[in-house]
Formats: sequence, C-alpha cells, structure tokens
Amino acid sequence: MTMWPRILTLIVKELEMLLQDRQSRMILIVPVLLQLAVFPFAATLEVKNNTLAVYNEDFGRESAEVMQRFSRAQAFTRLLALHSEADVRRAIDRQEALIVLRFPPDFSRDVVAGRSPAIQAILDGRRSNSGQIALGYVQQILNAYTRERLPPPFPPAPSTLGVRHWFNPNLEYTWHILPCLIAIITSVNALIVTALSVAREREQGTLDQLLVSPLTPRMIMTGKIIPAVLVAVVQGTIILLGAVLAYRVPFEGSLPLLYGSMICYSLALAGVGLLIASVCATQQQAFLGVFSFLMPAILLSGYATPVDNMPVWLQSLDWANPMLHFIVIVKGVFLKNIGFAASLRNLVPLLIIAIATLGAADWLYRRRFAFRAP
Amino acid sequence: MSDALVTLDRVRKVFPGSTKPALEGVSAALRPARITGVVGPDGAGKTTLIRLMAGLLAPTSGTLGVNGRDPVRDAGFLRGFIGYMPQRFGLYEDLSVRENLELHADLRGLAGEERGAAFRRLLEFTGLAPFAARLAGRLSGGMKQKLGLACALLGRPRLLLLDEPSVGVDPVSRRELWSMMGELAARGLTVVWSTSYLDEAERCAEVLLMNDGRLMFSGSPADLTAPMRDRTLQLRRLAGNRRRVLARVLRRPEVMDGVIQGHAVRLVLRPGAARPGLEELDAGGQAELVPVAPRFEDAFIEALGGGPGGESVLAQRLRPVRGDHDTVVEAVALTKRFGGFTAADDVHFAVKRGEIFGLLGPNGAGKSTTFRMMCGLLAPTSGTARVMGIDLKTSPSEARQRLGYMAQTFSLYGNLTVAQNLKFFSGAYGLRGARQRSAMAEMTEVFRLQPFLGTAAGALPLGFKQRLALACAVMHEPALLFLDEPTSGVDPVTRREFWTHINGVVDKGVTVMVTTHFMDEAEYCDRIALVFRGKIIAAGSPDQLKEQTASPENPDPSMEDAFMALVQQHASEFPP
Repeated sequence: MTMWPRILTLIVKELEMLLQDRQSRMILIVPVLLQLAVFPFAATLEVKNNTLAVYNEDFGRESAEVMQRFSRAQAFTRLLALHSEADVRRAIDRQEALIVLRFPPDFSRDVVAGRSPAIQAILDGRRSNSGQIALGYVQQILNAYTRERLPPPFPPAPSTLGVRHWFNPNLEYTWHILPCLIAIITSVNALIVTALSVAREREQGTLDQLLVSPLTPRMIMTGKIIPAVLVAVVQGTIILLGAVLAYRVPFEGSLPLLYGSMICYSLALAGVGLLIASVCATQQQAFLGVFSFLMPAILLSGYATPVDNMPVWLQSLDWANPMLHFIVIVKGVFLKNIGFAASLRNLVPLLIIAIATLGAADWLYRRRFAFRAP
Repeated sequence: MSDALVTLDRVRKVFPGSTKPALEGVSAALRPARITGVVGPDGAGKTTLIRLMAGLLAPTSGTLGVNGRDPVRDAGFLRGFIGYMPQRFGLYEDLSVRENLELHADLRGLAGEERGAAFRRLLEFTGLAPFAARLAGRLSGGMKQKLGLACALLGRPRLLLLDEPSVGVDPVSRRELWSMMGELAARGLTVVWSTSYLDEAERCAEVLLMNDGRLMFSGSPADLTAPMRDRTLQLRRLAGNRRRVLARVLRRPEVMDGVIQGHAVRLVLRPGAARPGLEELDAGGQAELVPVAPRFEDAFIEALGGGPGGESVLAQRLRPVRGDHDTVVEAVALTKRFGGFTAADDVHFAVKRGEIFGLLGPNGAGKSTTFRMMCGLLAPTSGTARVMGIDLKTSPSEARQRLGYMAQTFSLYGNLTVAQNLKFFSGAYGLRGARQRSAMAEMTEVFRLQPFLGTAAGALPLGFKQRLALACAVMHEPALLFLDEPTSGVDPVTRREFWTHINGVVDKGVTVMVTTHFMDEAEYCDRIALVFRGKIIAAGSPDQLKEQTASPENPDPSMEDAFMALVQQHASEFPP
C-alpha cells in the first residue's frame, strides 16, 4: 500500500488544523514573540536596581566616603539610611533592602589609625542568591577602597587575580538566556502539538475514524511527529533570528549542526508527547501530563541552576532529560562554535532518547492505541 | 391565558458571536399541573428555551414570565419555585446515592425534620431506596436520571424543568420516568419535558414543537395529528424487495412520506389525495393497504413540508459491490470483560452480503462494545470478530480499505472546512489525483454540500454534519458500512433522507451494520439482534421479533412493545 501519500495527507491535515483559524495561529506565534521580548530582561541573575541600607553609627569622613562609592555602583540605585537596630530589623523584614551594612561607631577613627575595622553585613536569607551576588559587589567596592585608603606600609599582595570570561567576555545574560530559550520554547509547542492533538482526536472521536481507516498506527504517529518537528524548527528559527538580529548575540557555530540537533531534540520531545498522550483520555489530562514533564525538565536542564550542583544520583537520572543535552549543544554552537565531534557527547544521548521514546510510543501505540477501551 | 404558569412573548435569543438566532419569535403559555413537552430535533432550541425558563439565560428580546415574575431578575424568589435538571445532571459519580442527595439538600439549605422526610419520600418515589449506598457512577442510565430527578425535586419545586431526561435511558426506565412524571403532574406539579424522541410527544398533555429555533406548533398532540387522520396507511403482505417497494411508493405523487416497518411499508398521503392503486405499487398479489393511526411524527413531517422522496442519488452513482463472501461480518463467541464487568458475553451472529443488520439495545447494554470489537477498535477478551473473512485485529489495513464507518457523535474535524474534511478522508483511503477530485465532486453534489465547502465542519447545521459524515464514510465505495446510532437527534426528514441512501446502497450489494436504540431505525433492518446486559437475548427479522411477543391482549405489538416484552422476559428468567 502506498504509504507516503497517506502520511502526507495526515501532515497536511495536521498543519491545516494548526493554521486554520487566527486563534490557533496566534497561539503558535504570539507567545514566542512575547517571551522573546520579555524573557531576556526578566530572567536574569544579574543584580541591578536594588536597595542597600546602611546603619551608620560612625559619623566620620571615612564611612561617608565608602557610602559615596556604594551610591555610584550599578547594583544599588537606592541607598536607605537607617537609624536604629529596630530600623535594621524592619528593613530586612519588609524586604525594603537586600543588604544592610552596619558601620561601627569608631569606623573612621580605626581607619585613620591604620587598624582594619569590621563592617557588619546583614543579608536577607529569603533572597539568598541575589544577596550573595550583591555581597560580591559590596566586597569588590570595599576591597578597592581598602587598597586606596590604607596607609603605605601596606603589604603588596603576593599575587593578583586577572579575570577573563571566555565566550561571554562581558557576562551578558542575554547570551546565556537566548540560546536556552530556543530549547525551552520549542519544547512547549513540540509537546503540545503531539500530546494535545492526539488527546483531542481521542476526545472528539476522530481517532476512531482514523483507526478504522487503512491508516496504520505508525502512519498516524508519523503524521503527528513531523508537524511537531516542523513547528519546533520554525519557532526555533524565530528565536534564533531574534537573538542574532535584535539582541546581537554572536552566533559562532554551524547552522547544520544546530538544526540537526534541533530536529533530534524535537523528535525526542515528540516521542515524549506521544507517550504522554497514550496514557491520557482527555486534553486536560494531556495538558497536565505535558506540564509535569516540562517543569522538572526545565529545572534540571542546567538553564537556571548548574547541573554540577545536583547530587550525583540526580545527575545520572538527568542524563535522560533531552533538554539538558540540547541546551549544552545550543549554547556550544552559539557561543563556542563547538564542532560536530565535540557535540557528540550530547548529540548521541539525544538520539538515544529520541529512539527510546519513539520506540516506546510505537510499541505502545501498535499494541494498545488501536484497541483502547472507550 | 390567565392561568398560565409560564408565559413566553415573542422571545428571541441570539448568542454572542452567532448571527443565527437560537430562538426566534417564540410565544407560548404553559399551563400548570400538566406535562408540557418541548419537542424537536437537536439544535431546535429546546435547551435554550429551558435555560431561559430556569433564569440561566436572559432573552435578547421579548419577555418571559414564570409565575408572573421575570426568571432572571427575580431569580432569588424563583429559586425554590423551579426545579431544573440539565441534560447531564451534576451527579458526583464517586458519591453514593444518599451522599448525592445530602449534598443537594445542603446546597438548597434543607435541614432538620424536613430533610429526612424528603429523603425517604424521594428514595421511595424513585425506587432508589435499595440502592441508597451505591455509588452514583455505578447506576444504570435510567437510575442516574431518577437520582437526578430526586435531587431536582428536593426543594419541592412547583415547576420542574427537565432537559432531555430520557437520553441514554432504556425503554423500561423511560416508561417508569413517564409514569413518575404523570403522578407528579396529577399532584399539581408543572413539568416541562424536552425531548427529541417524537413518540414521547404523544404522551404530553401539550407540546411545543420546535424546529430550527422556531415554534412550529403549540397545543395538544391530538390537535396536531388530527389533520393526519385517514391519511396514514400500512402496505402489508407485500412480496418482493421491500426497499424497492418503498422507493416505488415514494415515487407516487399522492404519497407525502413513507417508511419501512418490518416487512410492511407505512405511508402518509398528501392532504386530499386518493389512495394509490395496489397494482401501481407492484407489491405482489397478496398486498393490501390497511389504515393505521396517525403519529406525531407524521404531523411534524407535514409541517416540515413532506418527506424527502425515495431516490438516492448516492446509490445511483455507486458501482454494484460484488464479492465472494456470503457472510461478510461474523462474530463467534465474542466476549469482552472490563475488570469484573462483562460488557459482551458470548456474542454470535453472522451478516450476509447486502443485508442491514442491527444491534438494538438500551445504552450500556453492550451494543457499542460489540460494535467496536467488530470494527477493530476494541480487542475482544475471547472469541473472534471477522470482517470479510479477515480478523481485523491481525490483518487490518487491507480489510479496512473496504470499510466505511460513521460514529455516533459527529467525529470529523470540526475546525477544518467541509472541503478539507473531504480531501483528508479521501486521501486517508488512498484516493489521489483525478480519482480524488471526482470523488469529492460527486459527494459534494450528492449531499448538496456546495454552499458549505468553505464552512468549518463544526459550524454546519446538524443535518449537514450528518450528510458530511456519511459522505466521508462512503467516498471510497466501501463494501461494508458500520453505522453507530447514525440518526440520533436529527429531524425526521433528514433521517428519512439518510435511510433512503442506506436503502439505496444496500440495493447495490453493500452490507450495513448499525447500532441503534431507536425503534424506528430497527424497523429498517433486515435482521436485528437484541442486546441486553451484554448478551444477545433475541435475534431475527423485526416482524419475527414482534410475532414472538404477540399476545391475546396485544396481538399487533409495536417494535417497542416487542423490545420491552423480550427484555422483561429475559430479566425474569435470568435475574441479575
């Protein structure tokens, strides 16, 4: 029997379903553009525009000088002056300030006398991450000040640290975020196109209509997988263009490698989507299924927190997370121009995951899908 | 009418985003202490009308009064006055019968002495007392409706609005529901009962006959059928092919409508027309025309402008099906168990080429399970289902190429256009190029789909949805058609048109297997298997089944009488 014309019929139908009305076209495109516009600004780990509170018990020149320097720093656009212990407690309690610095009463005297006075820093543990980063800035400023201010019997440092950030010299967060966005946004739609559309066909009875036709479960699956890959690739391309043209993220690597791995990745996702759909009777269940896969996949992908910080058992489990591998490849291709050989470390697992999920879906669909209870 | 409990004055309702009104110019008065039927096919506006009376919707224009008050503005006052049972009553399937009642009593603020008394009264009234501890999800369709009814009756309403309460209810429970309602109406309750079953209309004191958002008739059913008297006849003892006889009958200019009833043909004459001559009908020497009682449906058909005629353009275009399999469909010891529940139990039957075979039974009896096993959608637990000599489970694709399937609910792609659906389904069956184009053009012409080609299938009027579904099922000229409740809810004219096509294609040698809970549709079948509690309890031609149950009290039972008698006989012989 002629297979490909029928699969083509299925693909055309699927794309018509996706592009038929304004509403579903919007759903495919608008969130991508919106996230492209908002994410790089919102999802950043840089600490900017925060408030630094100071409880200054010292009234000397030196503490005023230090405060001058803080007020010039980009990280702190607002300086809050506190006047009592109670103020300190309240400022942290109400999240009015990220850090409170406390200068002891004899700060200026100690500095002039050549002693090194201690400054107390109080951080908000609820915002530990930004607190730590802000503290880094505080320390940098204090170090610079100390080097300038301390009188000459100042011992020369045994060595100095020269820091260069390779691949992202200015530590631009957009350089990190946008390649990751390619992975995240494409996965949402690749999963939805497969899982939800199968569930919808089941819910609306069109699946029965397909199953009584000469179409085989494998053809029906292929008719779901290819549109999902197409959607993922188109959306990936939009973000790629946005990243390079609008955000000026340098694209160093090879396009064929990027698109090759993007296809591998969306195949793996299509497999996951089909597996989710095989256990769901309704679109609602499929939606929940998609999200219960997506959330941990994103959290464990290394996008927000380094994979190396995770316990070893979780790291080995995370090997099965396709997003992890794809993010490594995208960032590598984008920023490092990794070659094909270097990408294999992640491309091979991606392929294995794709084969495993699609194989499992194929097995399930041929056995159960066709003979499912109403 | 000053004693009317519900009054409607030129009520019009247009839903936002829709240009076509759901209701247009409906004026009526519903009198208290009786059952008023809101009758009409799906999409006629019945639910909208009931929801307006319940105060859940406001009319776009016109006025509506319930006991002299506006149901939307005075909703608070009318809350205790109106009992409303929507199509799918909000029963909690994981709660027991009693817990459901308690929940609804809490919602209505029913407490103290009155509460216990109400429970006792309603459980006894509905016959649910022995099942008070059973989970609602495990009740039969009929018992669920009774529980829904009990919940709706909790606050002792004076007006009871029931939206299609008999859907999914077997004929036995349906009769019980009717007698319960009759009892309540006699005690002073005003009941509004909406239904798409036209035979139910005859049991109402008054009916509002709806079609396409308009009120076609309001008054007593007898008034509606009165003009039909002496115009309804049955052609009995006919010889030869009854489907061809029907086609000849319908070709006569004096005949307005005709249907098959077992081995007889029932016909309705045009007003003032003389009986057709027997020799012109060519129904054999024994044939005779016997006057029969008019039905509500006859009057409805007349109101819609008469039946659709007897020619199937579809069948004229079809090539005759020839095959070597005399037995096209065969079930051997077919059994399906879901956990501890046996949905189909040792089912046997065989369907010959060119036959219409019907599985008749109430919802939940196992006919859908059997049907799904036959078309390969469900794997049997044991036994075999063979189609054209092939087990669909093992050798699917080639056999499926020769099947057509039409599902119970509309199951085409609702957001694709008619043309896209036709293109997809012809493509799925391997039609390409010129063959595909000519098949699509033929279907468009046969089913008169031209004006709708660019319309989303989901937005079609019900009758056209159904035509499109049939078009998609027969485009590839299948030798075997599976039809699952094909005309449930459609208006009688569309139903006749549908059966004209089916009769036509059967004449060309196509085999048809159909499930139905409509007695009307069962009459069209050559043979029927009566499915009840997972078993086939009787099988034979419609006339054989009727004869089987003929008794001195009821010498000429209808299909429904036969059905009821056989089911009750089985239930008494094999208690569950």
